[in-house]
Amino acid sequence: MIAAMVRWLDERLNLEGLIAPFKHKTVPTHRLSYWYFFGGITLFLFIIQVLTGILLLLYYRPGANEAFESVQYIMTRVQFGWLIRSIHSWSANLMIFTAFVHMFSVTFLKAYRKPRELTWVTGMLLLFLVMGFGFSGYLLPWNTLAFFATKVGTEIAGQVPIIGHPMMIFLRGGEEVTGATLTRFFGFHVAVLPGIVTVLIAIHLFFVQRQGMSVPPKVEADWTANPSARREMKFFPNFMLREMMAWYVAIGALGALAALFPWELGVKADPFISAPAGIKPEWYFLFMFQTLKIIPSKVWFIDGEVLGVLGCSLAGMFWLLLPFFESDKPARTRAWITGLSIFALVYVVGMTVYGFLAK
Amino acid sequence: MASLRNNLRPFLAARSAWLAGFIVLAACLGYGQAVNSCLDCHSAQEGRLGVTPEKFSQDIHAQKGLTCTSCHGGDASSYDPAQSMSRKAGWKGKIDRKQIPQLCGSCHSNPALMRTYNPSLRTDQLDQYHTSIHGKRLATGDDKVAVCVDCHSVHDIRPPSDPRSTVNPLNVAKTCSRCHSDAAYMKSYGIPTDQFEKYNISVHHDALAVQGDISAPTCTTCHGNHGAVPPGVDKVQNVCANCHVFQAQMYQKSTHSKAFADKGLPGCVVCHSNHGIHKPSDAMLGTGSAGVCMRCHAPGDHCDRARSNILNNLTMLDQAVNGADQALRRAEAAGMEVSEARLNQDQARDALTKARVSIHGFQADLVDQNVQAGMKIAAANRKAGDDAMVERNRRRIGLGICLIAIAFMLVGLWLYIKKLES
Repeated sequence: MIAAMVRWLDERLNLEGLIAPFKHKTVPTHRLSYWYFFGGITLFLFIIQVLTGILLLLYYRPGANEAFESVQYIMTRVQFGWLIRSIHSWSANLMIFTAFVHMFSVTFLKAYRKPRELTWVTGMLLLFLVMGFGFSGYLLPWNTLAFFATKVGTEIAGQVPIIGHPMMIFLRGGEEVTGATLTRFFGFHVAVLPGIVTVLIAIHLFFVQRQGMSVPPKVEADWTANPSARREMKFFPNFMLREMMAWYVAIGALGALAALFPWELGVKADPFISAPAGIKPEWYFLFMFQTLKIIPSKVWFIDGEVLGVLGCSLAGMFWLLLPFFESDKPARTRAWITGLSIFALVYVVGMTVYGFLAK
Repeated sequence: MASLRNNLRPFLAARSAWLAGFIVLAACLGYGQAVNSCLDCHSAQEGRLGVTPEKFSQDIHAQKGLTCTSCHGGDASSYDPAQSMSRKAGWKGKIDRKQIPQLCGSCHSNPALMRTYNPSLRTDQLDQYHTSIHGKRLATGDDKVAVCVDCHSVHDIRPPSDPRSTVNPLNVAKTCSRCHSDAAYMKSYGIPTDQFEKYNISVHHDALAVQGDISAPTCTTCHGNHGAVPPGVDKVQNVCANCHVFQAQMYQKSTHSKAFADKGLPGCVVCHSNHGIHKPSDAMLGTGSAGVCMRCHAPGDHCDRARSNILNNLTMLDQAVNGADQALRRAEAAGMEVSEARLNQDQARDALTKARVSIHGFQADLVDQNVQAGMKIAAANRKAGDDAMVERNRRRIGLGICLIAIAFMLVGLWLYIKKLES
């Protein structure tokens, strides 16, 4: 029956021609191949986000007077609403985590080198946008923590010289975090960001398909010296089936997290109360937040917070353009970039842990 | 002119100009500082006669521009005692205790004058004082009783809103206790001296001094301040009713109101005492040491049965509210969303408070009505907590089934990959 339908479609659309490149596509097999899965897992988690996000949209109502109550309704009254929301929240966090793992694996495996500079740039832009998803989505339940985290976060954005204040006004929809902020964050979260991210994912995947998987320089050198050692597997079905296994593990982990640790709702935001003590942003912003906290209030004549924001922005810009600092000879890599990558990983992990432990 | 200019020495001229300016400034400052020979001498004295400028500068009167002579008369501009403390200059010396209220009243009872300093300040203190037990006794010649300066202090009088003032709500009890807790001083009056000791362990003191609620009662709240009198036996409930409105309304309609009045018993005080009022508890309805009903009622009588009924009902609701709290806490700890029921718990607690207040009507069915309303809410909240735990278990079973299915899928995929690649 299915075969007949596929044949019927193939006669009209030449599906064979469409999937032929996938049949010939191969994936290098070596001792570090498992790092290749993280991009696919991130993509899978993004698809989960889209699906659960659409389901949440059926009940969610943006607005300072309704948002919290609608999420409460989803968590308590809607059939499996708790599961959908918890999966959406956990999946968002896991997606950001796997995106970071993917980014660092690409860094250490030197997969960003020529000719994959643009793949890296699109990937980095996707990472920034995914964090933007996290920031905008965090406010949507309109609870106390989200309210004050957004207040602090947009305040930090307002520290950028010249464009900071107008940017803060644009993000907040006014001088303060209000229902207007919630409405526009909702717009960013469900319309603007998904649109841009979908296009960028398509470009990113197109680049990956055109260029194939990168092989780490050391493995490449071994294979050049000893061509018989070269190993590859077919993308479809061999790699795809393995990727599916990873997806199943991801969905099992998501289900377990959602059932055992349902995402809490907190207390409805009250703009008139003072911020809870020791308020912190979500874990993926913690390393930047902690960096800003440890910078003295004045460094020479520059405001410490402005310096921190500028420093983080410059570091992000540098990281975005990392491939362009690398040697364009595939056999050679620059040791200082490896050293810097190790430092970046240790710094991000260390500052995040420090941020958690700090009062 | 040209030669004069040529002879000028600009640096010397500038220095002279500075010096001249300094002298003029010092003269101006000195002009502002009026001479006060009283303080200059009395600041060097010790004991009761010693008044330092630092102490007097804290006084609200000094801050408003009054000086020593405003009360004591005399001439503060002269350092000659014969002139500064001459009767001709109106010097009164130490003010006689009996004259103090009148002296203070000479300004404080003058609305036109007081309006120039503080338009919202009352001017009936002296009139009230005359109606107080202190004022009445002073009129009979008893100068041991409190006069203005005993409570407000002297020479460093601060407004009552100042936390350092002796009449700030936080300090009133201590101020009263200076006389009223002194057994030797109070001996001739034949009244107890343990009020301060009792007040310090009372629920009112706890609210005021520990919890910082300055609207909580202190001595003057019940006894009045300038018109201080002991609340009359039949008026005690009126004093309490100023704050405890609902309890008083119910008590007025109750059978106890008339019975207590007939027997000359002081209403609220019969059960709650006066200065040492403890935080009321359900145990007051019991038969233990904290119980108050059985001091008058006989075991097994109609009232004892009603008491027992009320106590059982309150205990039942208290336990139901606590049980619901526990169930909701358990559900919250398991990550379940029960905030709505948590909010509803406030209604159950309100019902419990209402039931406890309604005791003052001494009608078992009235208490029962409120208890039943609270029981209904508490039961619904308890059910929400229990249901959440059932739901949690259901989720875990569902998770287990899904994980088993996923494990089978993974094994199947792995075997399929192995078969494909063999």
